Amino acid sequence: MITNIDRSELLSLIDDGALVLDVLPQEEYESGHIPGAVNLPLRSLDTHAVASMAKGKPVVVY
Amino acid sequence: MSPRAACRLEAFGFERVFDYTLGIADWRAAGLPIEGKPPTSLVVSDATRGDIPTSQLDEPIGDVLARTSAAGWEEALVLDCGDVVVGRLRGSSWEHDPGTPVSTVMELGPTTVRPNTLLEPLVERMEGRGTSLVVVSTPQGALVGVMIRTEARRLIQGEPSEQIWLDCEGCPGRWKTL
Repeated sequence: MITNIDRSELLSLIDDGALVLDVLPQEEYESGHIPGAVNLPLRSLDTHAVASMAKGKPVVVY
Repeated sequence: MSPRAACRLEAFGFERVFDYTLGIADWRAAGLPIEGKPPTSLVVSDATRGDIPTSQLDEPIGDVLARTSAAGWEEALVLDCGDVVVGRLRGSSWEHDPGTPVSTVMELGPTTVRPNTLLEPLVERMEGRGTSLVVVSTPQGALVGVMIRTEARRLIQGEPSEQIWLDCEGCPGRWKTL
């Protein structure tokens, strides 16, 4: 299920240990991202890229 | 971009997918810490405050005026379809009968700027036109906050944000001092 969230919900999810994915291109990620966010640009988001991630853990994209 | 990513993750079998639709622009606007190369120039989000009062279309103008004044503001923004800015309330908007619905007295289609717009050239244009405040929204029109020209000018002149936005909820720099 996909849930749209606002900033306060994001902050609680971060506190709860959610994985945060920045799906913007690498240059944009490097110019500033949410601390701890992992860069996974949309164009490289495939099954191989997510193989090591736990499917049951909350994951936030932006 | 993120709705597409969220959709793909769900297809890959992730059970709890969350989309922070307002993204990094909203995060910056709240003054939360950023990781990465520091920006070379100030942008609008560096001076965007998220505490301007907002209203729905069907609220009576009197209620919104009371709330706006109590918060120390002279204007408010009207939101619809979620967080999309559809109108602005200021000046003569307030002079109607208190029971009048906001939708009939608001200024339609306020000008908005994007959070990643360079700050200084915009402030110079605002100074030239005598504009005191501009609405900041995402490219989709969702409200991020407002930029007040005099505050932005102080930031450009090097004043620390904590000093410009004292005691302001949701203002740039507020979180950095926590």
